[in-house]
Amino acid sequence: MEKDTSATALQARDLIKIYRMGTVDVHALRGVDVDLREGELVVLLGPSGSGKSTLLNILGGLDRPTSGSVMFRDREIDMNNERTLNLYRRNHVGFVFQFYNLIPSLTARENVALVTEIARDPMPPSRALAMVGLGDRLDHFPAQLSGGEQQRVAIARAIAKRPDLLLCDEPTGALDSKTGVLVLDAILRINRELGTTTALITHNAVIAEIANRVLYFADGRIVETRLNSGQRAPSELAW
Amino acid sequence: MTSLDRKLIRELWRLRAQVLAIALVIASGTALLIMALTTIEALEETTAAYYERTRFADMFAEAKRAPEYLGRDIAEIPGVRIAETRIVEGAILDMPGFSEPVVARLMSLPERGPELLNALVIRSGRLADPTRPDEVVVSEPFAEAHRLKPGDSFDAILRGRKRNLQVVGTALSPEYVYAIAPGGLMPDDERFGVLWMGRDALAAAFDLKASFNSVTLSLLPDANERDVIRRLDGLLSPFGGIGAYLRADQTSNWFLESEIAQQKNMSRIMPAIFLAVAAFLTNMVMARLIQTERREIGLLKAFGYGNWAIGWHFAKMVLVIGTIGVLMGSVIGAWLGHWNTELYTKFYRFPFLLYRPGPAGFVIAGAISLGAALAGSLAAVRSAVRLPPAEAMQPPSPPIYRRSFAARTVLAGALDEPSRMILRRIIRWPVRAFLASLGLAMSVAVLIMALQWVDAIDSLAESVFERAQHQDATVAFSDLQPIGAIREFEHMPGVLAAEPYRFVSARINNGHLIERQGIVGVPTGAILSPVFDVERGRLEVPPGGLMLSVKLAELLEVKAGDTVVVELLEGRQPRVSLPVLQIFETYIGKPAYMDMAALNRIAGDGRVISGIHIRVDASSRTALLTTLKDTPHIAAVLFRHAAIDTFYKTMGETILIFVGFFVAFSMTLSVGVTYNSIRIALSERARELATLRVLGFSRWEISYILLGEVGLLTWVAIPLGAVIGFSLAWYMTSAFETELYRVPLVLRDATYGKAALIALAATLACAAIVRRRLDKLDLIAVLKTRE
Ligand SMILES: Nc1ncnc2c1ncn2[C@@H]1O[C@H](COP(=O)(O)OP(=O)(O)OP(=O)(O)O)[C@@H](O)[C@H]1O
Ligand SMILES: [Mg+2]
Repeated sequence: MEKDTSATALQARDLIKIYRMGTVDVHALRGVDVDLREGELVVLLGPSGSGKSTLLNILGGLDRPTSGSVMFRDREIDMNNERTLNLYRRNHVGFVFQFYNLIPSLTARENVALVTEIARDPMPPSRALAMVGLGDRLDHFPAQLSGGEQQRVAIARAIAKRPDLLLCDEPTGALDSKTGVLVLDAILRINRELGTTTALITHNAVIAEIANRVLYFADGRIVETRLNSGQRAPSELAW
Repeated sequence: MTSLDRKLIRELWRLRAQVLAIALVIASGTALLIMALTTIEALEETTAAYYERTRFADMFAEAKRAPEYLGRDIAEIPGVRIAETRIVEGAILDMPGFSEPVVARLMSLPERGPELLNALVIRSGRLADPTRPDEVVVSEPFAEAHRLKPGDSFDAILRGRKRNLQVVGTALSPEYVYAIAPGGLMPDDERFGVLWMGRDALAAAFDLKASFNSVTLSLLPDANERDVIRRLDGLLSPFGGIGAYLRADQTSNWFLESEIAQQKNMSRIMPAIFLAVAAFLTNMVMARLIQTERREIGLLKAFGYGNWAIGWHFAKMVLVIGTIGVLMGSVIGAWLGHWNTELYTKFYRFPFLLYRPGPAGFVIAGAISLGAALAGSLAAVRSAVRLPPAEAMQPPSPPIYRRSFAARTVLAGALDEPSRMILRRIIRWPVRAFLASLGLAMSVAVLIMALQWVDAIDSLAESVFERAQHQDATVAFSDLQPIGAIREFEHMPGVLAAEPYRFVSARINNGHLIERQGIVGVPTGAILSPVFDVERGRLEVPPGGLMLSVKLAELLEVKAGDTVVVELLEGRQPRVSLPVLQIFETYIGKPAYMDMAALNRIAGDGRVISGIHIRVDASSRTALLTTLKDTPHIAAVLFRHAAIDTFYKTMGETILIFVGFFVAFSMTLSVGVTYNSIRIALSERARELATLRVLGFSRWEISYILLGEVGLLTWVAIPLGAVIGFSLAWYMTSAFETELYRVPLVLRDATYGKAALIALAATLACAAIVRRRLDKLDLIAVLKTRE
């Protein structure tokens, strides 16, 4: 599926992020330009510490760049406006964290409900959980779920609000390939069925084959962009 | 219910031990303030109601012997509503089975009809029958002390004649809410009693037929008090009047008002300090608790929850904890207030007690406690929501990491790894370490402030009764005696030394400032009961002027070298100007002294004395007591040992119990703070500790890493607490000052030691509880859920 012609959902220009630690400056992003088209699935690949999470955090409104701009659907997001960022996160972004970040005192269903309660057009939490294959674990607490199951709850939580943007930071990092496939399947279904623009970080080059486009990261820059001619289904992958 | 509310309820339940500990801290502050405020309220309300119901007089005056018809003239003074004349005399009682002579006040009951003013409240039996001269009603506390019931009888010496008196009833009087013997300081119900008997019987015994020697007045609301006093003094002075005085100067009422003032003072200072400390601790603990929620705050923000929603979520958490605390504090405080008020009624005798606390105390205490909790936690929430979510979700990094000097010293090399971990944490987060220490230090400080009272009261008693006074007993005469009377006493069995004194009722004026304060004449070279300054010790009284206590000088706004006008209220009632020669400090009362010979010259009654101080050989004590019981002209015998006993008894059952609560609450504070500090440290570090366990550290090592830090901070907290405690004690003693008492700032080493031990015990107990949790640390769950 070629999406070259569709509208740009997210456009970032010249993003720079410098972490100041005492006298040492860490340049996490050294000028990144990136465009995500509506409905596109993009995979970010790159060595550890190259700035992938930093970029995703900024695109999701979780962090501020040192400089540079982000446009969502042709409107610039004012990175210094607390309220704007908050509404952007609430109404448009679904985020899956590298570490699952579930609330330990809430069940799977309640973890999802935490987000759907403030969303504009959510799906019922049980449906989101069913989509990731956890329809029968609704009332379990995070401590009662395996790592992969927790990650799937986190994905259900991100997709339940039918976000325009789904940003996933190593959603399969801690999972075996069978569970990883389940998780990727869920993400892909959202991407296909709801047309959600999706960006996904991974260390696993094989996973990149499900993407429309792959961005290669190194040392705070995108060093290469590759278009996949044909996407592969997760079930065809093996790692 | 929203998921956030569910989270709130489950978190509160999960943290229930901490919630309880914080609630206890809040409850302590609240309870103390409520106890103090409601006690005052109850005392004031009860006093007012009692005075009103019994028609307690507005003005009092005594004379030697005034003709009855003068009563009508007094009643016609403009501004007087009612005037009631009566007879008030002193007597010595010989109580069965009690070796010491007992001092009694005899008061006349109207011959016909009820008392117009100062009505008695009969507690058992009935009023005395005017036609039966030997019937008496006795004051209830005295009856209790000697187990007297209607039907009992005892001997009394009236004007040198022994009489057997029949008890027909017991009663309470608004004039003797605080029943102290003339010259006494604390009620001593065994050695002082009030008796009421028929007026004719009393008149016959004291040769006062158709006369009176005391009058009490109630005034109209618009009366000019000064004018009434002037006219009344004018009427009574030919008959030995010694100056009218207002209710404010009436002995029992003066003590009662002083007590209320003292309570007010205490409730303003101690609970305020305590509440402030509790508020600070609540603030600190809540702030730290919220800091452990930093990751979840970041997460909620990442989901798009607004700052207000997040703030409100935590505000609800704080409000729940705070409300639990305030409710507990209110219930405990109201209960203690009631109990405390009842305690007072042992010394301040009311026939009833009105304990109806108004909302003020509860509202003030609740608002301060909740406000402090909210302020503390919302500040923490604010600083957490200010961070971008990506950052908030990371564990906080130490401010700036550099290898500090301490880390590089030889010492560091000598330490094992767990000890180094402890030091590193303290060095990297010095502010947090300091605040944790400060929290503990504050609880040590309030403990010291509370315990200081015990030292202060001991030191006060030592100064007043041991260093300033050396007599064993003081004998007060019912009439002035020639100075030669001293020889009679010197020859009594067991009397080792005797020293006379003269006392004259007086008003001391400086311009418009007037203080009614009797002047004590001290003989040259006095040693048994000299003028005594708390620091300079015994002072010689120079002739020709006054020595005033600091408090009296303050009230009159005079200093050494100034001149005051003294109106003696006895005898010829001279009015003279006298220089103030010296000011001296004393802890009790507001006395004024003069050279005895000089005082006698001014008074113009010749060389006379009001009483004598004696030293007694202990082995002949019983013989002396028997002799004294039969000696005429004695109005009172005060024993120093009894004064010390009643002092400690009264203090022990009032201030020291009050202080006991402070100690108990300070301990609660200390436990609450310590427990929370350790628990928060545990939740901050559970992952780290679990990781260390997985890496092969033993249970003891990780316990040491966690608790060693708390232990180290406790050691810092104790000296810090001692310093703060000293400052608080200093502030309190300087602010705590009434006409009746000043409190010395005395802190024994043992007091610091006690406070330190209590703090250490609290730390150990909390550490032991938390250590049990550490043993049960579920490694897998901690590592998996990333709590
Ligand atoms: N809060 C921070 N403070 C200082 N430096 C940071 C911070 N967060 C990230 N960095 C640094 O920024 C750089 C980029 O980090 P980032 O997390 O984006 O890498 P990444 O590509 O996601 O790596 P990984 O694949 O290991 O997750 C790294 O060098 C990291 O050390
Ligand atoms: Mg990363």
